[in-house]
Amino acid sequence: MTAVDDAGAANAGDAGATNAGDAPTAVGEVASMKVTLRIRRMNPEGTESHAAGEDYWEEFVVDAFASDRVLDALHKIKWEQDGTLAFRRSCGHGVCGSDAMRINARNRLACKTLLKDLNPAKPILVEPIAGLPVEKDLIVDMEPFFASYREILPFLMTTGPTPERERLQTPEQRARFDDPTKCIMCAACTTSCPVFWTDGQYFGPQAIIGAHRFIFDSRDEGQWDRLEILNDKAGVWKCRTTFNCTEACPRGIEVTKAISEVKRVLNSGEL
Amino acid sequence: MFGRRAGIAAAEYANATETAPELPAEASARVADVVERLRATASAPGNESVAVLRKALQETMDRNVQVFRTAESLAEAAEIIEGLKKRYPNVTIHDRGQKYNTDLLEAIELGFLLELAAVAVAGATARKESRGGHYREDFPTRDDENFMIHTMAYASGDDIRLDYKPVVVTKYLPMERKY
Repeated sequence: MTAVDDAGAANAGDAGATNAGDAPTAVGEVASMKVTLRIRRMNPEGTESHAAGEDYWEEFVVDAFASDRVLDALHKIKWEQDGTLAFRRSCGHGVCGSDAMRINARNRLACKTLLKDLNPAKPILVEPIAGLPVEKDLIVDMEPFFASYREILPFLMTTGPTPERERLQTPEQRARFDDPTKCIMCAACTTSCPVFWTDGQYFGPQAIIGAHRFIFDSRDEGQWDRLEILNDKAGVWKCRTTFNCTEACPRGIEVTKAISEVKRVLNSGEL
Repeated sequence: MFGRRAGIAAAEYANATETAPELPAEASARVADVVERLRATASAPGNESVAVLRKALQETMDRNVQVFRTAESLAEAAEIIEGLKKRYPNVTIHDRGQKYNTDLLEAIELGFLLELAAVAVAGATARKESRGGHYREDFPTRDDENFMIHTMAYASGDDIRLDYKPVVVTKYLPMERKY
């Protein structure tokens, strides 16, 4: 395998064209195509042609199948063309939340986004998620995001002695906060929020649904501590109900609805 | 839960121990050497790629060292792994940076993967019985008389030395799977 040589040639090829029409395809063989990825890059230490910290676009052309995911295409670039390309991924199957990125101007997980759903005849734009400091290429500093999550006390708070057995609840009580338990903390919602982009103090949607998950849990007794934190000027009232978060969530959580439920409790004073 | 247990045990150990174990003067030197040697390859365009070697390793492990193995499939894997280990020192990377150098990380990991793959194959070859996720098609039954033991693997020069230790049975009695 001469991956490096092939890749170099492919990179110089015509961007965006598919070769499906050029060569006849054998029966049972799935046609591959040339896909162009236009990636927003930044190297904190600089490269031969770019200063340290300068951000720039770079195009790569890879051979891929329509059923491949954006993550597969990124791996092809990293493994066959340019090992310096930096991005996070771990499980590769949509549960670890590591590879949220801005793909064609929408936040998604690279491991759940199929090339065929992106019109691969055009260059695919890949950028780091917005509103967090970029560390290198597609990797951002997640610390401000995690700091907001820690603020809302994301753990079970109870009074009284620890029971001998599990704390029981009914299926209805469990269902009350089921939706936010799907959160994988990928930050797709928070970094799609225009309020978060412009206001560094706002907790962001993820921290609010993280709080929702405990506020509406019948076993928890720290609801009002969390609600008081969210009643802050950096809290839920910053939300302008744009619905970007709901649209961005790769787990299908109704984020905006959950935020509204928290607002309603604060308005009514009743859980 | 395990973090809590480990922390409590570490504190107990530290309290009960008078002196710290003696460390070599350059305790980190071996690791630093591995990192710096690989990082230096970024300036010399080379002949082996991490991705190519890793793919070959993955393919042989998937084909020959999956749940159903035989002496033959394990021997084939051992030979391929040996060949990959010989090629590994010629691996070169692209990224010489100090920050988020996942290119370097993958190259370091590949070295460990090759060692671990060789250990798994050596242990599976010596275990001439079937047990749990280790199904030797050439030895399909479980053999408690000879193999109710933990395999221990040690580096011995370039080779792997196997040793064994007894299984301590506590609450749950190991038994043959009947379903």
